[in-house]
Amino acid sequence: MSGVHVTTTVNGDPVEFVCPADESLLDVLRDRLGLTGAKEGCGTGDCGACSITLDGQLVCSCLVLGAEAEGKKITTVEGMADGENLHPLQRQFIDNAALQCGICTPGFLIAAKALLDKNPDPSVEEIRYALAGNLCRCTGYDKIVRAVQAAAKDLQKQNRK
Amino acid sequence: MRYESPTTAKAAVDLLSKEKGKAYVLAGGTDLLVRLRMDMIEPDLMVDIKNIPAMNEIKKTPSGGFKIGAAVSGAKLGANKALKKAWPGVVEATNLIGSDQIQGRCTMVGNLCNASPAADSVPAMIAAGAKANIVGKKRRTVPVEDIVTGPGKTSLAKGELIEAITLPKKAPKSGDAYLRFIPRTEMDIAVVGAAVSLTLKKGVVEKARVALGAVAATPLLVKEAADAIIGTKLDDEALEALGAACSAACKPIDDKRGTVEYRVKVAGVLAQRAAKIAYERAGGK
Repeated sequence: MSGVHVTTTVNGDPVEFVCPADESLLDVLRDRLGLTGAKEGCGTGDCGACSITLDGQLVCSCLVLGAEAEGKKITTVEGMADGENLHPLQRQFIDNAALQCGICTPGFLIAAKALLDKNPDPSVEEIRYALAGNLCRCTGYDKIVRAVQAAAKDLQKQNRK
Repeated sequence: MRYESPTTAKAAVDLLSKEKGKAYVLAGGTDLLVRLRMDMIEPDLMVDIKNIPAMNEIKKTPSGGFKIGAAVSGAKLGANKALKKAWPGVVEATNLIGSDQIQGRCTMVGNLCNASPAADSVPAMIAAGAKANIVGKKRRTVPVEDIVTGPGKTSLAKGELIEAITLPKKAPKSGDAYLRFIPRTEMDIAVVGAAVSLTLKKGVVEKARVALGAVAATPLLVKEAADAIIGTKLDDEALEALGAACSAACKPIDDKRGTVEYRVKVAGVLAQRAAKIAYERAGGK
């Protein structure tokens, strides 16, 4: 296969891969690196199921080429938990039943974390705007918003300690 | 397809001009990679401009304006306080594009070169008097309104690309605003977009530029609309004339987002509202 050789960092680990120049980073993550957390919902940047961060910036990995990952720092949902300990967002998504089928969940978790990293105490409106790029056809969003509010409180408590 | 990631504008121009097949410039990729994935394009070469340092910068120009590199994302634009203070309409228009995920990648120059009639940042740039700095065989600078020639079509020649957008120095007592109409609160394509930039002298509009989006094959600079408010204190009569001039300039299509009749009407209303915001931002009462 003729392709692009890429050296990058995924969830803190150095990673190398070779991919065709037109392959998306989403396909690289899923099919070459075995990180199947990010999902393909639409492939056009509308649904957010493929959300990751690239050098700290929230993006849709379906609209990034694998080749563009050279020298970048990527985080995916697989990097959220600390070993066996779930991230407060993951814990609260479970406790609030903020998922049903779960396809959108990794994208919501990544987008919600990007929000809380910037704004530790968001209003409901701010949460809804920040998650507007993530679609969920099961929950009706209310439970997701509640889970993010609860996780924000948990993180504030954690940071006070 | 080949992927190239040059580190200078000159290298990017060389790659684009020497390519015999179909070559595309990749900035944020939020339009281009959608078209690639939907098999609407079959590129032979994609030239990623994000590793060209100058194209990632927002810089003050010697004359007090701003130079915004072609690879600067909407998120980065929105985080620049000085730019937001000087040209809030331009920044707000760009920040209306898509979700936070899209904002992390999308660029003003990409929005311009994608050449959609409904592009949000383009009317705001036109109203602000923005210029496109083009690199190619020769460097040239043209007003933003001269770039888009039709849906998906630009005046750029083969081997040319826009390196940056320059915004003029914000004049004292000036303000700009962009409003778009969509049937929901966000994440949609403009039914109509309207941008107004104006400068006041003793409370009277001295200079103005009015631009409309999604009401013709290209974004429109509407001189008659600007003339309708110049020399006025933006009273009801002036606003009425502004709205009428905007409606008269529209040459829209009927589509699922809006009918011709609706777009013509809304263009006038939105331009009036945008003008009021710009007037307030300029310090007018």
